Amino acid sequence: MTDQLAPDLTQLDLDTTISILKEKFPQAISLDSRSGYSGIVVDKDKLIEVAQVIRDEMGFDYLSSATAVDYLGIEEGDPLEMVYHAYRTSGGSALVFKTKTDREEAKVPSLTSIYPGANFQEREAYDLFGIQFEGHPNLRRILLWEGFDGFPMRKDWKEAYYEAEHKPFDSRWPAGHVYRAEELNAYGSNVRYPADFDLSKLTDTSEEQIYSGMGLGVDVEEMPSNDHIKTDQLVVNMGPHHPSTHGVFRIVLTLDGETVDKLEPVMGYLHRNHEKIGERNTYLHNMPFTDRLDYISSLGNNFGYTLAVEHLLSNGSRYVPPTYRTQVIRVLMAELTRIVNHFWAIGFLLNDLGAFFTPALYAIAEREKILDFFEATTGARMMCNYFRFSGLAYDLPDRIRSVMNMVNDQVRDFNTMQYLTELINERLPRAIDELDRFLSDSEIVKTRSIGTGVLSASDAIAMSAAGPLLRASGVPYDVRRAEPYSIYPELDFDVCVRQNGDVYDRYMIRLDEMRESIRILKQILPRLEKTKGQSVAGNSQHTPRIPLGESYGRVENPKGELGFYVVSAGDDKGTKNPWRYHVRAPSFINLTPFSTMSHGQKVADIVVILGSIDIVLGETDR
Amino acid sequence: MANMGVGILKGLRVTLTHFINTYIEDLRYAGRRYFNQDIFEERQGLKATGAYTVQYPEEKIAVPERFRFVPFLVVNDQDMDNPGMEWCTACGICSKVCPPQCIWIVQENDAKTGRPIPRSEAFYIDIDICMNCGYCAEFCPFDSIKMDHDYELASYDRTRSHIHGKDKLNKPFSYWRSIAPTRATEEAEARGGWEHKDVLKAKSKAAAAEAKKVAATTAPAVSTPATSATVEAVEATPAATPVASPGASTPEERKAKREAALAKKRASQESQN
Repeated sequence: MTDQLAPDLTQLDLDTTISILKEKFPQAISLDSRSGYSGIVVDKDKLIEVAQVIRDEMGFDYLSSATAVDYLGIEEGDPLEMVYHAYRTSGGSALVFKTKTDREEAKVPSLTSIYPGANFQEREAYDLFGIQFEGHPNLRRILLWEGFDGFPMRKDWKEAYYEAEHKPFDSRWPAGHVYRAEELNAYGSNVRYPADFDLSKLTDTSEEQIYSGMGLGVDVEEMPSNDHIKTDQLVVNMGPHHPSTHGVFRIVLTLDGETVDKLEPVMGYLHRNHEKIGERNTYLHNMPFTDRLDYISSLGNNFGYTLAVEHLLSNGSRYVPPTYRTQVIRVLMAELTRIVNHFWAIGFLLNDLGAFFTPALYAIAEREKILDFFEATTGARMMCNYFRFSGLAYDLPDRIRSVMNMVNDQVRDFNTMQYLTELINERLPRAIDELDRFLSDSEIVKTRSIGTGVLSASDAIAMSAAGPLLRASGVPYDVRRAEPYSIYPELDFDVCVRQNGDVYDRYMIRLDEMRESIRILKQILPRLEKTKGQSVAGNSQHTPRIPLGESYGRVENPKGELGFYVVSAGDDKGTKNPWRYHVRAPSFINLTPFSTMSHGQKVADIVVILGSIDIVLGETDR
Repeated sequence: MANMGVGILKGLRVTLTHFINTYIEDLRYAGRRYFNQDIFEERQGLKATGAYTVQYPEEKIAVPERFRFVPFLVVNDQDMDNPGMEWCTACGICSKVCPPQCIWIVQENDAKTGRPIPRSEAFYIDIDICMNCGYCAEFCPFDSIKMDHDYELASYDRTRSHIHGKDKLNKPFSYWRSIAPTRATEEAEARGGWEHKDVLKAKSKAAAAEAKKVAATTAPAVSTPATSATVEAVEATPAATPVASPGASTPEERKAKREAALAKKRASQESQN
């Protein structure tokens, strides 16, 4: 029996939590008093101890995001700062804790022992900022290649095609004499290598780094075997050009017979340093770039970024909150996007299972009907770029109508509300039921997926898994309920949860979630009718100044929790370009438990497990 | 396992339904299923069943009005007052708001004074870099850059042909009206006529001056000169005249508005002091 008088520390609100932490570590913790910032700054020597207390005593068991910020020229001493966002899986807002380190000798203790979910995120911070994490089990570059010169997210690093610190570039107007970037930045001379770099390493195919990181020798080793046969583990590379990896993604795995022993995802083939581009951009410029992260669900990405910037805007005096109709349409778009994504995910999971393209095409055909609506409303099927700060680009059109323009064009004309009503009430529920009938009872699907790739609830939380992956493991955590945004509090829906944490449950939970989305959409329809005529116009400035501060906007995207950490720093009047723009990508972090799930599975099941995580490489590699 | 295989059979029934539906549709339209505008809406609507392939390129799904692909520049039609006049004033907003910075504008300078004039000497869009976000069209204050619908731009050469200059970018206003009738009408309503904003402004100014002259010679008029001038300007526009813009108001109203704003500003300054 616990002491009745002792308060349950895991239930306390944020302010009390912070003050208790401060009592416990009076020397090591200070409040983050910068304007527009929140949370605590922890002395890096005490970071592990403090994190231990935060997780075990305060109950912040879920590390959502860990990232770095370079405050070069902003703060005294030009420090690098690690920022951690920890949440309780029971819900509530984040405890933000930060730690500072010197940029010349950037060293921070690794939190992987407390939050294993920090593994990939710390590797990313090492890769892009050059922060050494002491105690990290496998500190190697993750998105860039070994031999890359410098740490690109540091503010003093410049790309080969560097033109200016911020957009808009002066060369475009009023004397915009056009040239192609390739002319100034010719192929063959656009890569820099470190001074001591051995160029022959680039053609070295042994890839010792990767293999030694997995604890593998390259030489043949004899393994003890119980039937007196001399044997060795086999190293297999799947990808980067493998049809089952859903893009350019590579898996290195070691096999004992057909059983997987170790597995390591290798990524970065599609890396474009989205975040560096984002920091050169103005705030508005970033919106179409977010479309290209998880390109299956661009409207969800828009939503997350908009929330982050609106939170910063609300620090200022001129902030106008979005109208009710704006919120309604945003939720409509987000939930339709979820259905689009889950149709896609289920279709391609079945592809991975060997049902080649029949289920995928049935699912994609239904998705097409939603994309028709997106195209008529936003102007594009996938790269929607529809959200604006405090508003939307345009209202829903009266009619989904096409115009004859090109040879052989065939036109269509529907009433938008009728189309939506029929889509939500008839077509989509029918399609979901059909998919359910088609697949859920199939003995082949069941045999392949039940008991495959099991992820326990505690592992899922510890490794920061998010979205369907987390909920299929029995953790009822959904940002729409845990830290509600927009109009979700007034909508009636359930957080789907399944208990077994295997591939079958991850398939089933996507069906469940589609049904819940339909339930939400049915409540959205009357709200759309009721708010007809309300304005959806947002901030009309093309280069708005954003008040100083930090913000973490997160949404429950179809693939999991998508977060945008945006910092506005520098100019007291507000900034035109984000100082820091970080994407907490669910497709990236959901790969952290991949190796745990795969251990002891058959090699053919790896494809299925990867399919059930549902990654998009545009978001994984950023 | 008594019912082993039942799940598979259940699933196969779904496949069979899809298969049969495809042929039912064929029978239903009796060989006129494809290349037939009359039934296209049904075939590509929410009631469609079976395989609903579109036979590209023999038939294409026409894109909706809001569809956006590589921008173009609006110029006056041949039957307008100043045929071929470019609407662009080289203000540079589109090139600033362009996320991948693919718009290049050379502003024209007056030959005599050397001062910039509101016209572009050259206008380029690098369509390889354009990400079709539509910001340029959204933020253009003169409705002079618009997103196109022509998505078939594939070519064999990318170095020269993919930087579009004015020769490829300039398209008549009537083209914009044909691909986006609703939007074009809404914008014209906001401007107060079918023509370029500045042309309309100049016209209404001239009409106002004319009316003033008339009013000065023929004793006090009953109606206020400004309102009649705007009405005239609107009536002077081509067919399907949109309603006068809500922004257009009499000079008295504008003056009162300005004074109210100034008073507000003064009050706020005083309160700060």
